[in-house]
Amino acid sequence: MERSMIKGFIANRVARELKDGDVANLGIGLPTLVPSYLPADVHVTLQSENGIIGTGLVTEENKDPLYVTDAGGKPAMVKTGGSYIDSTVSFGLIRGGHVDVTVLGALEVDQQGNLSNWIIPGKKVPGMGGAMDLVVGAKKVIVAMEHTARGSAKILKQCNLPYTAVKCVDMIVTEMCVMEVTADGLVMTEINPEFTVDDVKAATEADFTVSSELKMMCAPA
Amino acid sequence: MAKIVTVQEAVDLIPEGASIMFGGFMGCGNAHKIIDALAKSGKGGFTMICNDASMPGGPLGEEYYGVAKLIHNKQVRKLITTHVGLNPEVAEQSNAGELELVLIPQGSLAEMIRAGGAGLGGIITPTGVGTIVEDSNHVHCKIEIDGRQYLIEKPIRADVAIISGYQVDRGGNIWYKGTTRNFNMCMATAADLVIVEADHLVECGDIVPENVVTSGVFVDYIVDGGEA
Repeated sequence: MERSMIKGFIANRVARELKDGDVANLGIGLPTLVPSYLPADVHVTLQSENGIIGTGLVTEENKDPLYVTDAGGKPAMVKTGGSYIDSTVSFGLIRGGHVDVTVLGALEVDQQGNLSNWIIPGKKVPGMGGAMDLVVGAKKVIVAMEHTARGSAKILKQCNLPYTAVKCVDMIVTEMCVMEVTADGLVMTEINPEFTVDDVKAATEADFTVSSELKMMCAPA
Repeated sequence: MAKIVTVQEAVDLIPEGASIMFGGFMGCGNAHKIIDALAKSGKGGFTMICNDASMPGGPLGEEYYGVAKLIHNKQVRKLITTHVGLNPEVAEQSNAGELELVLIPQGSLAEMIRAGGAGLGGIITPTGVGTIVEDSNHVHCKIEIDGRQYLIEKPIRADVAIISGYQVDRGGNIWYKGTTRNFNMCMATAADLVIVEADHLVECGDIVPENVVTSGVFVDYIVDGGEA
């Protein structure tokens, strides 16, 4: 797959996990592409943990950068029908199970569903921000990421980096496949037809089984 | 009753080495005029409690935005925060041993401040269980309730809270605009001395009671930010 196509391919597949009426929180980077791949009849309320329920598309005309920003400090806006909340309510919403889906990237994820995505000790210490609360509180946690990092596996038997949370991941979507975390371990449920099962095995350190109903992933329409 | 003071009088109220809560999220909702004056005051040794350390490059072309000025000037000795990835000076100062960095999950920090302001002995949260957060000084212990594990996190209070309001009446009642309420709301309750910067100072009654978000009873001093 062409490198420039990877992010859109992953975001398109993640978009199919969102249902009409869901409340979702999207991490920075790739996950923010997901809304542009939603079908027209699926309306999702996007939450921004700094205090917006119902974020919309920001434009030069509606932006108000001193007063309305997203969690990355960039200009944002609220849709008609949305609301602003403070940080305690925002995280009450998150921890309290009112967010249906969170989509975020990972440095590492393992076959128990443990996630590491906030620190590389001694190298990069950005902080966890809202990530630990999000993956503990959201009803469904989807990791959306490239399958490997410069050829090294990111889906491991056991994470090496400090955890963001333990046993929190429900689904992993990459440019190669979709894996679900089950009580019996990782199950590959879909594969990109450009790859074989052996290709996925070679790019994955974790043990996984292949679903008897393995489906093919589709490129964006 | 809240008292109206100049920005310089507000800075004079803040002792050297104070623990200070700063409302705001990546600079949005920082009390910019008070922070600018504090940055010029030469005071330091502060413990800063803030969601983040903001970032270089503000929306109006500022070289350092909001609390990032205090980091840049090395006025902060200890930073209690959730995310510093957008301000590289924090890592530089932390690696050089000039700044003590304490990272707390964002939802826990908000609730620990709320607990500090609400007279609670702590919070009980599932966030951080099984992670290195368990080993932090701000965690009292881990407990199990009905088969689920939680951390008991201690409450947080500060000597001073410096917060920002869009409309503030002369009684200290506050209405926030946009996403600026973030940590301003809980911090207004959790410090011995609460100073609010009013973007627009208005008369009592101009904010209808139903729309008052932070009651003036929490506020000690008001700085007229002069946008009225």
